[in-house]
Amino acid sequence: MSSEIMVQANNITKFYGEYPAISNVSFTANKGEIIGFLGPNGSGKTTTMRILTGYMPASSGDATIAGYDVANQSLEAKQHVGYLPENAPLYTDMKVNEYLTFTGKIRGMTKTAIKSRLDEIIEICRLQEYRNTIIGKLSKGFRQRVGIAQAIIHQPDVLILDEPTIGIDPIQVVETRSLIKEIGGDSTIILSSHILPEVSAICERVIIINDGEIVAVDSPENLSNRLEATERIRIEALGKTSDMVSVFRNNPSVQDVNFETLDDGKIIFDIISKGGLEIRSELAKSVIDNGWSLYNLQAVSLSLEDIFLRLTTNEEEIFEEKK
Amino acid sequence: MKNISAITYKELLIYFSSPMAYIIAGVFFTLTGVFFVTSIEGAFAEASARALFSNATYFLMPLIPPLLTMRLLAEEQKLGTLELLLTSPIRDYEIVVAKFLASFIILLAMTLFTLFYMLLLFVYQANPDIGPMISTYVGFILYAMVALSIGLLASSLTTNQIVAASVGFGIIFLFTILQRINEVIDGPIATLIEHLSLLSHFESFSRGVMDTKDIAYFIVMTATFLFLTIRSLESRRWR
Repeated sequence: MSSEIMVQANNITKFYGEYPAISNVSFTANKGEIIGFLGPNGSGKTTTMRILTGYMPASSGDATIAGYDVANQSLEAKQHVGYLPENAPLYTDMKVNEYLTFTGKIRGMTKTAIKSRLDEIIEICRLQEYRNTIIGKLSKGFRQRVGIAQAIIHQPDVLILDEPTIGIDPIQVVETRSLIKEIGGDSTIILSSHILPEVSAICERVIIINDGEIVAVDSPENLSNRLEATERIRIEALGKTSDMVSVFRNNPSVQDVNFETLDDGKIIFDIISKGGLEIRSELAKSVIDNGWSLYNLQAVSLSLEDIFLRLTTNEEEIFEEKK
Repeated sequence: MKNISAITYKELLIYFSSPMAYIIAGVFFTLTGVFFVTSIEGAFAEASARALFSNATYFLMPLIPPLLTMRLLAEEQKLGTLELLLTSPIRDYEIVVAKFLASFIILLAMTLFTLFYMLLLFVYQANPDIGPMISTYVGFILYAMVALSIGLLASSLTTNQIVAASVGFGIIFLFTILQRINEVIDGPIATLIEHLSLLSHFESFSRGVMDTKDIAYFIVMTATFLFLTIRSLESRRWR
């Protein structure tokens, strides 16, 4: 695999009015790489993709696709991109064949090229029996396949898929994932999702985005390693809440503290240690030394989902949810 | 050019895959049929296209073109398919021109079907004057271009087809009746407004006069509204 850069984003910022949807997003994607954009809804995934595909311009910063600037050489850049928006852009009154032929034409393909390619993509996307079906009559999963078919008909160098598995049933989700892996080949694929297992199943690199900013870029393996390196401790104690919180927070080995008050006045703390340091005895000691009552103390393993939550949610939100 | 023909072809496919085009054509033929019969019967009967098309411009032009164009851009925005077009290597003007052409082809075909009525005039030897007949058709087709471009602009402004049709109807009707302003006011402003009126430019065509001034008016109006539609489409990107 060559390391030719196919997608490059430099400090892209996009404002909607006063509010920045994304700020200073920078990343690169090499030829053939599959990259996952992971983030909660409204974190700026779609905005980033819309800028890369030339649907809307960035407020500042620039991006290139296959070496072409998406703003100044937009026609050339668009020629190299296949894009599946979150809602597959389908003309529900057209037949599958007619629709795919149309999408080939507007990507500048010749009639003969479309004809031979049509059979290929219909087979890849397993749409053989539905060639002459009106799109409006297809189920959501099949519509999604038609959406993927239109994105790959012109064999783009870069394939951008916005939430490709959203809203379809679990069996079709598995099929769609394997389809994406299958069509990968030489294409660079950027897909977005808010489901972590999905991203770790398909992607070689994960970009975690929250509130419009990139918070982590890593391989799914390294993210799992972070999981092992992080220690999460659960403490049940009785004492003055504000004192306890400040003592835990002031501990230099503690990264994050969340808490919740139970009906009987006990408080449950959820503590993350920095770099996975073993601090259980240290914490127990500080509870006892301050004269508080300790009822329970245990280590909790951190799932990949927890890391994701940790990276993308701030503690007030978690606290609100627990309430 | 290839992009334009691809999109125009797609629009024509969609027109005929839904009942809309057939219903609009049905309304058009019924009403033009009525206009034709009333024009050859009664005290002021005449063997010409004039009476038929005077009624058609007044009653059908504000109605038929917005119904044909209301879907074109509003639905693309609503279904999200505009995202497909705007992220394909196509220029914005190609989208607008292609859609305009599709609606124009439909309306042109419907207009040409009314030649059947004219044929009847010849068959029954009513000796119609062929010169004014041709100029009336030319004027009507130019008139239709302006009305369609207004309808397309209305369709670009909203995702709701009913809103698009209503706005289109309002603007076209306003431009149709604008010449009546001189019944209320006079002076240079009234003259200016009268010159903007669609009907005042159509009247000379129906009398058999094809003035370059009137042809230029219809073409400039069409180009202006298509240009505004392109700008409206572009502005989607900045919102």
